[in-house]
Amino acid sequence: MSKGFTPTPAKPAVITANDLRLGHCVWMRDGGWTADPREAELFEDEAIAELAMIEAIRQSNIVVGPYLAEARRGQDGRPEPTHFREAFRRRGPSNYFHGIQAELAQSDTEASHV
Amino acid sequence: MFDARPQHNEYLRHRAQQFRAQVARRLDGSLTEDEFRPLRLMNGVYLQLHAYMLRVAIPYGTISPDQMRTLALLAEKWDKGYGHWTTRQNIQYNWPKLVDIPDMLDALAEVGLHAIQTSGNTIRNTTTDAFAGAAADEVADPRPYGELIRQWSTDHAEYQFLPRKFKIAITGSEHDRAVIAAHDIGLRLKRDAEGGIGYQVWVGGGLGRTPMIGQVVREFLPEADLLPYLEAIIAVYNLSGRRDNKYKARIKITVAERGLDVIRDEVEAEFINRRAAFAGVDQDYLAALKAMFAAPTFRVAPEGDYEAQRAANPAFRSWTDTNLSAHKAPGYASVKVSFKAPGQTPGDASAAQMRVLADLAQRYGHSDLRISHDQNVVLPHVHKSDLFAVYQELKGAGLHTANAGLISDIIACPGMDYCALATARSIPIAQEIAEHFRARDLEDDIGKIDIRISGCINACGHHHLGHIGILGLDRAGVENYQITLGGDGYEIPQIGQKPGAGFPAEEVVGAVDRLINAYLDLRSSPEERFIDAYRRVGMAPFKAALYETAAHA
Repeated sequence: MSKGFTPTPAKPAVITANDLRLGHCVWMRDGGWTADPREAELFEDEAIAELAMIEAIRQSNIVVGPYLAEARRGQDGRPEPTHFREAFRRRGPSNYFHGIQAELAQSDTEASHV
Repeated sequence: MFDARPQHNEYLRHRAQQFRAQVARRLDGSLTEDEFRPLRLMNGVYLQLHAYMLRVAIPYGTISPDQMRTLALLAEKWDKGYGHWTTRQNIQYNWPKLVDIPDMLDALAEVGLHAIQTSGNTIRNTTTDAFAGAAADEVADPRPYGELIRQWSTDHAEYQFLPRKFKIAITGSEHDRAVIAAHDIGLRLKRDAEGGIGYQVWVGGGLGRTPMIGQVVREFLPEADLLPYLEAIIAVYNLSGRRDNKYKARIKITVAERGLDVIRDEVEAEFINRRAAFAGVDQDYLAALKAMFAAPTFRVAPEGDYEAQRAANPAFRSWTDTNLSAHKAPGYASVKVSFKAPGQTPGDASAAQMRVLADLAQRYGHSDLRISHDQNVVLPHVHKSDLFAVYQELKGAGLHTANAGLISDIIACPGMDYCALATARSIPIAQEIAEHFRARDLEDDIGKIDIRISGCINACGHHHLGHIGILGLDRAGVENYQITLGGDGYEIPQIGQKPGAGFPAEEVVGAVDRLINAYLDLRSSPEERFIDAYRRVGMAPFKAALYETAAHA
C-alpha cells in the first residue's frame, strides 16, 4: 500500500482520492482535481507535498480519502504508477471498460470525429 | 412466498428519507467523512476502488419477480446495466453515484427491499439453502426462521455496535447447503425423538484471516427457544468479544480464546434470563410466517415430452444432468441457472437477464427465485413438463450454461478490479481457468469440483472452502496467488491447506491444470470426485504435481 508515502526527488508521488459526489478516482493538480491521471501534479519535495496534503484534506467536501501514492516520471514527463493498485485505479476494472476513464476516452473519440 | 408488506415499506421509505438528508448534510459540509462513513455503511454504501458500491440485502436469498425487476431497474437507471450476486446471497452495484443512492433506496423500498445492515458491525443478512422449501431431503423450510431473525435483528438497539460483523446461516436439511460451519452462528434444523422441530446450534465459525470451523454449542435447541438463545449467544459475545483489535473481534476468536465450554456455560446462564423475557409473541409471529412461506400448490401432471426432449436434444440433456436437483414434489425439479458462462465474470447479471428470470419465475416457477451463495440463481419449483421451454428462454438470454458444480462454476469475489480492500484481482483468474478447461473440453470428465477465489485475506470468495482455493496477495508489488487444497464447505466442513509457495498470475492456470491432470491420473474411477480422491491419497501427489515445473526448472 502506498498510503502515508513520503516523496523525495528519487521517489516522487501524486496525491489521489475519490470524488465525493460521484465516487471516481481523482488526482490533484494546482490545488484542484482532475480525473485524468496524466495531468496529476508530481511531488518531489516532502514539505510541498505536505502542504498540498493539508489543502487536499481541507477539500473534504469535494474529495474523500486523499493520500500520497508513489509515482515515477514517465518518458513524456507525466506521472506513471509504480504499484499495480494505482495502475488499476487509472485503468479501471479488467473485465469491462467501465468508469470515468472510459467516459473520457469516449468523449475524446467523439471530439475527434467532429 | 414471503411478500413485502406495506407497513414495512413505510419504514423503509422513512429510512431512505433519513439517508437522503444525511447525504445532503455530507455534501453541504455539515458532516465530515468520519461522521458520514458509519451512516452510509448502515445503509450498505461502500466507497470502493473506482466508485461507490451499494449492497442490497436479499433476505435468505429469496426474491419475488417484482423485486427482481426492481433490481434490473436499478442496474439500468443508476448503474452500468448489471449487478453482481455475492457469496452472501446479496446483490452489489459497482457504479452508483452517491447523489443517486437515495433514489435507489426509494425504488427498493417500493418493493420491500433495502440495504440495511448489509454492512457495519451488526447482524447481517441471514443466509439459507437456496433450495429451501423445495429440496427433497429437507426437515423443514428454513426461511420462516430466517425472516423471524431478520425482523428481530433489524435495527435491534442491542446489536448495532457489536465488536464486529455477525453472520447467521440456517440449513433445513442434514445435508448442509448453507455452509453453517463457517458462520458466527450456524443452525441446522432437525427433529427430536418425538418429532419436534429444533436446531443444532453451531458457533464460532468463520473464514477471513483466521479461518475456523464452528463448533456445536447446543445439540438440540427446541424450536420455540430460537430468539432467546440467539440473544444469549450475542449478549455473551457483546460483552466478551474483543474490541481492542479488529482482527481478533469476531466471535470465532472469542470462542477460541475463552473455550467452548466457558462460552456455553455463560450462554446457558444468560439464556435462562432471556427466555423469561419472551412471552410467546415471537412464536405467534413465527406461526404467521410459516403460513406466508407455505409451499405453493404444486401441479399434479404428467411429465409430458420431457424425456423425449432430453433424448432428442443433447445440449438440453447435458443441462438437465448438471443443473437440476431433486424436488420434494413429484414431477418437479429445482433449476440452477448458471451465471458462470466461461469468460463471464462470476455472478454478474445484466438487467435483461434479471427480467428474463423474473418472467420465467412468474410463468413457470410459482413466482419464486433464489440467489445462491455460489453466485448463481435458482428457480426452486419448475414442473418437468416446462423444463424445455425454460431452457430455451434461458438460452436466449445466455443463461443456459450446463456447468453447475463443475470446474467452470467458480466462486470469485470482485477482487482488485473493484474492491478497495483487495490485494490482487480475482475475476481474470476465474475467467482464465474457466476458458482453459472449456478449451480442453474436459469439464464433464473432471466432474464435480469446487474452485473458489478470493482477492484478499478477508476471504469473500470463501477460498478456504474450495477443493482448490486460490488467494490473491500482493508480494512485493506483484500479484501472487496462494493455492490451498482439500477445503470443503458441505459434507465434511474443512479448511483447505497450503501445499507451498504461491504463483504469479500468469502461472495460476498452469498450476490448476497440473492439479487436475494429477487427479485424472490417480482417481480410482470417474465417479471419484476430486475432493474424495484428495482425501484418499492426501496432499503429497497433488503437491508433487503442483511444483513439478518449479522442481524441474
